[in-house]
Amino acid sequence: MGLAKRIIPCLDVTAGRVVKGTNFVALRDAGDPVEIARRYDEQGADEVTFLDITASSDQRDIILHIVEACAEQVFIPLTVGGGVRKVEDVRRLLNAGADKVSMNTAAVQNPDLVFDASSKVGSQCIVVAIDAKQVAPGQWSVFTHGGRNNTGLDAIAWAQRVEALGAGEILLTSMDRDGTKNGFDLALTRAVADAVRVPVIASGGVGNLQHLADGVAEGRADAVLAASIFHFGEFTVRQAKEYMQGRGIEVRL
Amino acid sequence: MTIAVIDYGMGNLRSVSKALEHVAGGQDVVVTADPAVVAAADRVVFPGQGAMPDCMRELDARGLRPAVLAAARAKPFLGICIGLQMLFDHSEEGDVTGLGVFAGEVRRFPEARMVGADGQRLKVPHMGWNQVQQRPHALWHDIADGARFYFVHSYCVQPRDAALVAGSADYGIPFTCAVGRDNIFAVQFHPEKSARDGLQLLKNFAEWRP
Repeated sequence: MGLAKRIIPCLDVTAGRVVKGTNFVALRDAGDPVEIARRYDEQGADEVTFLDITASSDQRDIILHIVEACAEQVFIPLTVGGGVRKVEDVRRLLNAGADKVSMNTAAVQNPDLVFDASSKVGSQCIVVAIDAKQVAPGQWSVFTHGGRNNTGLDAIAWAQRVEALGAGEILLTSMDRDGTKNGFDLALTRAVADAVRVPVIASGGVGNLQHLADGVAEGRADAVLAASIFHFGEFTVRQAKEYMQGRGIEVRL
Repeated sequence: MTIAVIDYGMGNLRSVSKALEHVAGGQDVVVTADPAVVAAADRVVFPGQGAMPDCMRELDARGLRPAVLAAARAKPFLGICIGLQMLFDHSEEGDVTGLGVFAGEVRRFPEARMVGADGQRLKVPHMGWNQVQQRPHALWHDIADGARFYFVHSYCVQPRDAALVAGSADYGIPFTCAVGRDNIFAVQFHPEKSARDGLQLLKNFAEWRP
């Protein structure tokens, strides 16, 4: 027995309310993020992730209050991402009570941010989110701006680069699968998980419990992230863990 | 009754203080960088995150070392993560000297032995929920032997005195993840992030009469 594979429910948050996008469009309100995070803690979630997709800049600080409230009530690790552009943004989220901060577009635009942030707050607090799309067999490119911009960067090489810059973890989302409920892109997940020495969280495409287990067993992910299958009550985190345990995967039950 | 959480500027202590408030029924929880407040407290929590050399430097920059050492001699004292590692003589991380409360070294997980049972390479840092094998101690009250706690670290302590070991875990190698002696208990994992069992440990600490 040893380290458990983690299940991480992800909440998309805009102006303090939870939504879930399908392929990053068609948003649907699903409630108070702190309430939901607490419910996931009770169900046995190993961590919770908030992705702040607030568009208007004057509402962007609302996430700090949500993080503060969450830190008072939810006693599992909290990762927050979205709109992180400067080391100061990282600091403010950590000071509000986040345990890790995730960065995506800003890391592509300014890779030094990964180095600067991890040097200041420690690698264990810095997650780099990579949105990848297949461009050829066995080849994936990094996209930004919610999947609209092809950076031309190779996803595997980029993962290795951010690891070298100090990322403590990689949150890997398949843009081809996100919102489809067809399961993770297992080839992508495995290629990245095998290429880096930091933990990889698989994301994008979970439609059932088998997909979660496949992400670990075949994709070799250290953790799996999902949103809609948990939000709309299709499955509880506990059911997911029981299923994974049945597949011989070590989980915290 | 007051529980002092020592703040030497290394990271956010909100989670630690909120988790303690959640379980410490009636006791005041104060986050403080003031040696006098630490000296006056009934219990002391010594957290830490980041790199140990930075932690040692910041602790000394704030003149907190004597207050930490005095508390570790005299009152219920809980070290967390780097707060555990700093109690030892020395760390490989930045070749830094620790507080020397306990004899022993802090070493990085040995790269060559980081292989799981299935032959897959184990990642460092050791991040996530791992099982803790307990040795009898009051702070494990109402926590099942083998319960999982949340870890994030790349270094682990190697006490010279095996009698200090209050808990161990396995990650490529077996390692000590909890130590206890007299009024001191210290853990490598984060009880403030370890859900029910972590809160129970903090509650046990808040009620502990060593």
